[in-house]
Amino acid sequence: MVLVLFCVTLISSAAVAYVNSLTITSINKAKEAKQADAIRQVIPGAFNNDPVADTWKVETDGGVLEFFPAKQDGETVGTAVKTYTKNGFGGEVWLMVGFNPDGSISNYSVLEHKETPGLGSKMDQWFTKEGKGSIIGKKPGTAGLKVRKDGGDVDAITAATISSRAFLDAVNRASAALAGNADVYSGATPKSSTRDTLTEEKPVACDSLCNHHCNQ
Amino acid sequence: MSNLSNLTRGLFKENPTFVLLLGMCPTLGVTTSAINGMGMGLATAFVLVMSNLVISLVANNIPDKIRIPSFIVIIAAFVTIVDMSMAAYLPSLHESLGLFIPLIVVNCIVLGRAEAFASKNGALASVLDGLGMGLGFTMSLTILGGIRELLGSGKVFNLPVFNENYGMLVFVLAPGAFLALGYLIAFINRIRRTN
Repeated sequence: MVLVLFCVTLISSAAVAYVNSLTITSINKAKEAKQADAIRQVIPGAFNNDPVADTWKVETDGGVLEFFPAKQDGETVGTAVKTYTKNGFGGEVWLMVGFNPDGSISNYSVLEHKETPGLGSKMDQWFTKEGKGSIIGKKPGTAGLKVRKDGGDVDAITAATISSRAFLDAVNRASAALAGNADVYSGATPKSSTRDTLTEEKPVACDSLCNHHCNQ
Repeated sequence: MSNLSNLTRGLFKENPTFVLLLGMCPTLGVTTSAINGMGMGLATAFVLVMSNLVISLVANNIPDKIRIPSFIVIIAAFVTIVDMSMAAYLPSLHESLGLFIPLIVVNCIVLGRAEAFASKNGALASVLDGLGMGLGFTMSLTILGGIRELLGSGKVFNLPVFNENYGMLVFVLAPGAFLALGYLIAFINRIRRTN
């Protein structure tokens, strides 16, 4: 009896391991392609560097944000930020948000979510330029974007306020971290950052964003 | 039982969803659109065929005490293979079906057919039975998914039929699933009675 059970499990796990070895490269490639697509979709205009190669990370409260700068001939034309929120209706929501060099939002793409289909799931269209709650072109700043119910100027998805708030939470987290003010937004200091390894692009981006903050 | 009857039984006379009322969880959860229903049905059909085949070949060698655990290990192995294959080659469908792919393991249809048929019949008969049940399941999921997608969002297979604003949101959510399934079963029972 034990022998039979052992044989069944041995053969089953061997088969699964074999198929895993066949598919693992395709699965990883699909993930990378999806991320590269999301970056391309949210960056305004053309760029000729490899954003994934120039990526840097910032650790904030409870998670890691990844930044993908897009440069055309060395000039930063935008930054894609892979951001998250834990306040989604169904759990975590991951977004790729594209920022112009002046800190305004150029576009976004929803990477992962567990929101209700037909309600929270509409966030992939609702906040775009053609959507009812467009955030394109808005500058979150230090205060961040808020839904109308909370005193802001973004229309929440009808009957999906929690998902809308979570969405904006992720966008604001990205914007605050990009401006280097993660501690102002989340109350925690960024633990580590590899931005020190960047060269002259950093001061340019930081200057334009810092100026914008000072002027607000 | 002829081979042809093994195959066609699962399509209409003993359709797993509308007649046997098995596998209700994925039926209700996944049929938010026609393509999701169809994808789920085909994945389940693959698992049904493969697990029926393997179980019909080894069932005689498995002692009674460990029959069910062994069947479940075999079914789980095939479901994992389907899950990995979909993640690798059909990533967008894999994403929409999400958690329901691993749940095929506990789909009553798969274990039910393994117990009731595959463990007591030959390989060819079991394969045909699995295929028939799988195709019947696919058909019913596609129909239910199509109805819910049409009434809920005005589209069928993502082709717009009428404006989404006139759709009834309830059909995309859980209560609408129960409503649509209930009325569909009642309608089919009516047809079966008049035949």
